[in-house]
Amino acid sequence: MLKFPIFMDNHSTTPVDPRVLEAMLPYFTEKFGNAASRNHAFGWEAEKAVDQAREQIAHLIHCDPKEIIFTSGATESDNLALKGVAEMYREKGNHIITVVTEHKAVLDTCKRLEKMGYETTYLPVKADGMVDLDALKAAITDKTILISIMMANNEIGVIQPVAEIGKIAKERGVIFHCDATQGVGKIPVDVQAMGIDLMSFSAHKIYGPKGIGALYVRKKNPRVRIAPMMDGGGHERGMRSGTLNVPGIVGFGKACELCGKEMVEESARLTRLREKLKEGILKGLDEVYLNGHPTQRLPGNLNMSFAYVEGESLLMGLKEIALSSGSACTTATLEPSYVLRSLGVGSDLAHSSLRFGLGRFNTEEEVDYAIQRVVETVRRLREMSPLYEMAKEGIDLKSVQWTQH
Amino acid sequence: MAYSNKVIDHYNNPRNVGSLDKNDPEVGTGIVGAPECGDVMKLQLKVNNGVIEDAKFKTFGCGSAIASSSLATEMIKGKTLDEAIQIKNTDIVNELNLPPVKIHCSVLAEDAIKAAIADYKKKNGLA
Repeated sequence: MLKFPIFMDNHSTTPVDPRVLEAMLPYFTEKFGNAASRNHAFGWEAEKAVDQAREQIAHLIHCDPKEIIFTSGATESDNLALKGVAEMYREKGNHIITVVTEHKAVLDTCKRLEKMGYETTYLPVKADGMVDLDALKAAITDKTILISIMMANNEIGVIQPVAEIGKIAKERGVIFHCDATQGVGKIPVDVQAMGIDLMSFSAHKIYGPKGIGALYVRKKNPRVRIAPMMDGGGHERGMRSGTLNVPGIVGFGKACELCGKEMVEESARLTRLREKLKEGILKGLDEVYLNGHPTQRLPGNLNMSFAYVEGESLLMGLKEIALSSGSACTTATLEPSYVLRSLGVGSDLAHSSLRFGLGRFNTEEEVDYAIQRVVETVRRLREMSPLYEMAKEGIDLKSVQWTQH
Repeated sequence: MAYSNKVIDHYNNPRNVGSLDKNDPEVGTGIVGAPECGDVMKLQLKVNNGVIEDAKFKTFGCGSAIASSSLATEMIKGKTLDEAIQIKNTDIVNELNLPPVKIHCSVLAEDAIKAAIADYKKKNGLA
């Protein structure tokens, strides 16, 4: 029994799992204490809940609970990690290395740091979206204080070789920050085995509430220090002042616990559904291109370009299914996806892309429906497309002189 | 972003999708835009005794671009070339309630009309 609209945009956000919501509710009206109130039961109760959540989160990523700092989300965690390290290690150097496909929360922060006198190297990626480890090694100088490379990309789902990057960083004595927002809870994450020193992640990508995230800050081997960005009551060991969002934290903890328990089964199921979606679409249409590495990718992610058809018009035709596109028409700036462009995907194909994000609550029935509707809609739009017409006539579109406006 | 009902209507029921014979001397063809920009419109018109008796379009672009070019073909049918060349993008914006971020779609549709008229005139020594 299909329910509309169908949500297949789980990389943008996820619904809160009912079990997470249940865990959170008491902390709004009954156990509503401020976790920093040391002198009464309301505070102690809240503090206990926060401690438990820290344990649940630490267990998922294999760290010490004391190494978890709560923030308002991964964007804040990224800001705190980059700006916090930049400020703290200024004497040691001013060079940061990151990658062109990072989330804007990292890229824009680097831009701001550049205005403050820091230098950033933006490593390119290969056509499959993976970073070149030799290029990384070559970029490190004696002024490099931070490497920031994401675990999995939100648009194309590509998973970077994080453990190898951690090893390189360790060998050269550079702090390694990993934006793992799309990875935690979906694929196994172990900050020890992967050599990660700082890690950002958030609850609303893993069936938890919006408005709560964390920054893992390594305490040993080596001890990483960061300058705080939020001053005030000294919460979170002085690294992030501000009253803790207790219900959000409780939800975050529960979400992590559920992900840990269900990850193996869930990722197998999502991989199977994703492959079915991909095969179904490829069988029904020609000139469809997969963006990003075919297997080193998140279980539920599929990003494809449909030649001769523009992304926003595709989304309009699929309005009962929630998806997203790398087309310029879907952004406020009218720029096509910079992630797809970094892969070397031409602007025309970047405009023609769709991103599917399958998640915990998607069913096989929904996938079957999506296949049928996508194939139908692409066919219809190709009938209306001058580019498809020209291609069928044998015209090489690259040779045409377009009249740009 | 919610689409206006008129844009949705043109998207679901586009008027005049198709092609005319570009080798027909009575047909003018205009192709504007570029794939890298995500917008390409082909607009064709067939002239009979100085009046546009038929028009067809094909568009690679967003819903607003499709609607703009669909509306453009409707607007030029039955007009003379001199009347059709007066059509302004603002006419299209107003009819479709296009938001600011989509105004460029209407500009491209106006360009497409003019390009098709220019092509017809050139073919018939009227430029």
